[in-house]
Order: sequence, then C-alpha cells, then structure tokens
Amino acid sequence: MKIVAPFSPLVNGSRISWSEIPSFAITELVQTTSDLLDKGARLCSWFVLTEGQDHSIVCVLAMDTESLLAIARSEPVQGSYPSLTPRHPQAHLFEREVWEQSGLVPQNHPWLKPVRYILDQAPANAPFFQVDGPEVHEVAVGPVHAGVIEPGHFRFQCRGEEVLHLEISLGYQHRGIEKHLKGGPHPLTVFQMETIAGDTSIAHATAYATNMEALSGVEAPLRAQWLRALALELERLANHTGDMGALALDVAFLPTSAACGKIRGDFLNLTALLCGNRFGRGLIFPGGCRHDLEPSRLGTLLKKLREHIADAQEAIAWFWDAASVRIRFRDVGVVHTSQARDIGLVGPSARACGLVRDVRFDHPAGWHRFSQAPVAVWPSGDILARAKVRTLEIERSGDYLLEQIKNEVPGPISTTLSSPMPHSLAVTLVEGWRGEVCHVAITDHNGLLRAYKITDPSFHNWTGLALALRGTAVYDFPICNKSFNLSYCGFDL
Amino acid sequence: MYIFDTLVHRMRRGCQTMPYPQEQAPALPDRHGGTLRLDGQKCPDDCQFCTDVCPTKALYRDFDNTKQLDLGRCLFCGACLTACPHGALTQTNDHRMAVRNREDLILGKPDQEELRLAEALDKKLRSMFGRSLRLRQVSAGGCNACEADINVLGTIGWDIGRFGIQYVASPRHADGVLVTGPVTKGMELALRKTWEAIPAPKIAIALGACALSGGPFTGHPEHNQGADSIVPIDLYIPGCPPHPLTILDGYLRLLNRLGKNNK
Ligand code: SF4
Repeated sequence: MKIVAPFSPLVNGSRISWSEIPSFAITELVQTTSDLLDKGARLCSWFVLTEGQDHSIVCVLAMDTESLLAIARSEPVQGSYPSLTPRHPQAHLFEREVWEQSGLVPQNHPWLKPVRYILDQAPANAPFFQVDGPEVHEVAVGPVHAGVIEPGHFRFQCRGEEVLHLEISLGYQHRGIEKHLKGGPHPLTVFQMETIAGDTSIAHATAYATNMEALSGVEAPLRAQWLRALALELERLANHTGDMGALALDVAFLPTSAACGKIRGDFLNLTALLCGNRFGRGLIFPGGCRHDLEPSRLGTLLKKLREHIADAQEAIAWFWDAASVRIRFRDVGVVHTSQARDIGLVGPSARACGLVRDVRFDHPAGWHRFSQAPVAVWPSGDILARAKVRTLEIERSGDYLLEQIKNEVPGPISTTLSSPMPHSLAVTLVEGWRGEVCHVAITDHNGLLRAYKITDPSFHNWTGLALALRGTAVYDFPICNKSFNLSYCGFDL
Repeated sequence: MYIFDTLVHRMRRGCQTMPYPQEQAPALPDRHGGTLRLDGQKCPDDCQFCTDVCPTKALYRDFDNTKQLDLGRCLFCGACLTACPHGALTQTNDHRMAVRNREDLILGKPDQEELRLAEALDKKLRSMFGRSLRLRQVSAGGCNACEADINVLGTIGWDIGRFGIQYVASPRHADGVLVTGPVTKGMELALRKTWEAIPAPKIAIALGACALSGGPFTGHPEHNQGADSIVPIDLYIPGCPPHPLTILDGYLRLLNRLGKNNK
C-alpha cells in the first residue's frame, strides 16, 4: 500500500468514498503523479471535473506489479498548471482533453490542440505539424477512407516515400456520450455503454456494470461473472481472428484472409447463440446477465467452439508458414519498448513491444480473480510481433474458454442492486481485445452520476500507430494501421 | 507446404457460400427474435407498460391515442415484450425489415401491424443498377458494429459480389451512398461532399438505428438524428446493428433479385 502513497490505493472494480480521496494543490498533484509514474505506475485516466466555475482534476494510476490502482484529485484549479507531458508523454492526450473541456492550460505542453472539438460541420483540427525542406511533401487521407471503415484524418509528412511524421486527427465520430451521462444513469445509458465501441460491447458493458455494482455495494452473482468472462473471450476471438484475416488481405495472402473472414463470423454467431446479438448487445447489465447458458446451449457452444478454434488455428498456420508473409511484416512499423512505455501503450500493441501488461492478469476483477490465461508477449515491436501476439491470444483465449466452460458455476444470473451510494467514486478496468478499458464513475449527493469518464484503449494507442510510421514507407501505412486496428468511435466518444 | 494444405482444406470444405437467396434463408439465432409486430387493438386505452420501458421512445401514443411502434427507433432490446401483459407485441423471427419509406417502419394502426417491406427500384434504375450496384459507404458516427456487419457480407459465406454489389473507394465510381451512424456534426460536411461527388442517377441507403433516428444516441445535439436530414434516403434498414441477413434482404429487395422463395 505504501508504494502508492500519498495516493489512495484501490483495487480494480471497487468503490471509494469521495472524501477519502486525497486532494492536493494542482502543482503537488502533478509532481506526485510524475514521481509515481517514474516508479513504474501507468496513467489510466486524467480528467477534469467541472462544477459551476470550479475545475478539479482526478487522476487514476495503475501499479501493475502491485495489482493496485491509485487515486488522487486536485483542489479547484484556475487558469493553468505545469504540464505532465514533457516528462511523461503518456499524459499528452489527457491534458489536451482537459484543456478542451475546461480551458485549463497545461503549461509547456508541446502540442496543445483540440481532441474532438467540432467547428461548423467538421472537427477543428488545423493547423497540422509540418516539416519543411526540399523533397518534403504532405499526404492527407480521410475522413472518408477507401474501405468500409470509420472516419478519421491522417496527415503524413514525407520525404520521398519515407514518413517523417504522422499526425492523427480524430473527433469525427463524437456523439457526446460522457456529457449526457451526467445526472444518470438514464434509460439509454446501458445501450450507450455497449456502443462506445461496437466491437468492444462486452468489455465496455462489463466495466460499466461492475462500476454500478461497486457503487451499490452488491456483487453480481458468480454465474453472471462467469458468463461475462466467457463473452469477453468470445469477443476477443472474433476480433483477433478478423484482424488476422485483414492483415493477410493487405499482403494479398488470400487463403488466410478468406478463411478468417468467415471464422470471425462464426465466433460472432457464438455470441449470438448466447444472447441473440452478434455483438453481445443486451447480455450484460448492472446486476448480472440477461441470458443464461442452459445445458443444451452450453453443449452446442462447446462443440462449435472447438470446431471454430481449430479452423482459426489452421488458417493462421498457413499464414505463418509463408515466408512471403513473414518477411513483409518483419521490422516494419516498429515501436520500441521504451517508446511503448513512455506513451503508455496498452493491450496487444503493448505486449507486442515486450511489455507484460494485461488487466486480466495484473488487476483481476470478476471471474478473473479465480482464473487467468497466461499473458501473451512478443518482443520485437513490429507488425510481425502484433500478429504473433494475436495468434498466441487466439490460442490462449481458446484454451481458456474451453477450460472455463468446464468450470461452470450454478446459481442465479442476476440480482437487484440498491441505489448507488452518494459521494463515491468507482473504477473498473477490463482487458478488452484492444487493451485496457477504463471507466470511472463519480456520484453526487443523491447517488446520481456527477461525472463518468471513459477511456477506450485506443485513446492510449493511436500515438503508437503514429510512432510506428516514422521511418516507414508511406505505402506500408495500411498494414501498420491494420496491425493496430484501433477504434475511432471509442476514442471520439 | 502451405499451398498443398490450402488446396486440401479448400477441397474438404467445398463451397462455403450460402445457397440463399435461391433457397430458403437460414434461420436467425433463436434469441434474436427478428422483427416485431404490434397489434394496437389489443392495447387498453390507458396502458403504458411498454412506453415506460422503451429506452428510445420507439413506442408512443399517436395523437388519436393509438399505440405506435417506430422500428426506425427500435434497438430490439426486447424490454417491451417482457413488459406487455396484453400480448400486443410479438416477435416474428422474420429477418426481413428493409423499407422504402420512413413511415413504413411505423406499426400499430389497423392493417399496419407489420412493416411494409421495400418495393424494388423502378424499371429504369433497375436496368442500371440491377446487376451492378457500387456503393460508397460513409460511416458517420455510430459504433462501428453496423460497418462490421456490412463487411461480413463481403466474406465467402455471404459473398455479395455474386449479386454485382461492391463497395468502392471513390464516390465518382459509386451509384449510391450507404450511410451508417446518426451523422455527427463532425461528419456532416464529409457526407454532403461525398453525396455531391456521386454522379446522378444515384441512390442512398440508411443502415442501422443510428442512421434512421440517432439510435442509442437519440436526442443528443452532437448529431443530426439520422441521415435523412442530409441526403434523400431510398432504403431504410433497421436494427442495432441489422443482422447481415436483414441487410442482404434489403439490397436484394431493392434490386428485385430475391428468389421467389424469399419475397
Ligand atoms: S445502429 Fe447500433 S450497431 Fe449500428 S452504428 Fe448505431 S449503435 Fe452501432
């Protein structure tokens, strides 16, 4: 516990009362946060709480080795504060977001501009960072991209074919989720949680439900936690398989891409077997799960799961067998371990840089308190590593699912929650398939939501894509992008 | 060795594209339930069980007090089915949901218990697009699940290429636009420009609850409450997200390419 002092320690998925959260003058908060980050903590969330004219900052850190979260807040701040970013680049987007929402200026922030502010039918994203010099040219891509993908704008500074710098500018998908949560939860809240990033419905819904359960001091029944863990791995399997197919497609390796496209759909159909919806909509709510796996359904699930896992592994093995694929991915789009640590990468992108970080393992909550899959790591930081980590995770998620299905626990799948406790804060991290999903809920004197902060893994990881492109040829952008496959709407909220 | 392996695998698997629409459509997952039916006459005058639980206000009373269900706003969460004690709301297990007019999604009046499925394009447009329809997809808000299930139609199981339908990169190559998302303010300009860049004659399709009404984000001022305030829509496909079968049915209905088994 001492290790997080003077912050308050907290375990994943739990509640703390607002008055117990230590509060510091802002300069002191920045300094202490910086010291803890130096000691190996990670920044999970840094956000502003605005009430009337008052702004205060809330900081959530993760100490992975201790399986502890740490939390602190600032006293009301006006005007500006010394930026964390120059020393800890992982804070850069958080500080821009705080500035955009409250006007608080992080002094000496190297690149202070809006994150998702919309001005007259499009995000206000100019000016872009520019490189000058002979032979330097600029490439602009998006918001509407070539395929069926979400919108975002990419601005490349290139010399010949080499990318010197890539600036990624988002905000096109902003639909005001956090703002409308104030005073909630509302009847639409649970549906909005499932659609923060539609391919990560289970992870976001689990984080939200766990927060509401923590706030009311009631745990979801064990069987519901078991179901949530199964659904989370099904979501991972579907998305990782899809990503492997997409990577294969981009290097024109059609056997794997054709097979994986189909198998991804097969995994989605297993989620639909569980709850009727291919993305897991309607399965999870605060208090438990809405659908159960009765014995015959469980039998079907198990049988199909075995088939689909075997199919996926076979199709992915062709891919690794082909020297032409391996060579195309090796040493392309490299993010070095130290960079990954500095910018706070999470999920498979971080594990592909050799960082052993996985919420299921480091901060187990729910069903993961009883069982975890081994963390999949690959050291090289290139596209090959990101594909390898996915391959390993497909294998391990598959094994984990088959094993956990056998560990079925009986009992009810939901319980009723009492109303959330007033003046409290709850934090939940969930390892979604892209990485750490972080939700922070703060209640007011009536137990209603005073603020709700969502951090999708993509918020941390887009910077990783930008760094991966440096020194890479511009024509390698598609495979680099696929190897991260980040969410635009999860970032834009 | 992978060439040999892949060949063996391909032979073992055979053709994986579904026989639909020549044959019957595959069944929806049993917990999906398909589209809904509302028998408004069964609703007592003062009953509001379903209207109370509907998160998007898809269920409401019309000015003449008849109960209405707007499937364009519906997220298919099923809350109303559990709430209704009078059996007025039922699941049909039918995947077919696409319509040509926004009003055709509104159920409840006598003879309008179910939705009025889409008619095909007129003969002239069909002669142009019937065997080759190129769409420029614009994702304008939403959650990316609609896009995911649009992409699924391109996989070998569904293979929409066999109907001549293709998603293209340039609006100049497109015959129409396929919009997902409520059209956020941030995407408004991009959608307008894309639409203008498509040469006439052209069609527009709105896909998913978001593009029809704002979906789970309905009412937020950060978006335009759907695509039809920006582009004139020819086909509405409800669902959050619509099942791939619902999407394909919509396309084929528009192009008059559904086999007689599946009309
Ligand atoms: S309609 Fe539903 S699934 Fe489609 S984009 Fe909107 S929220 Fe996502």
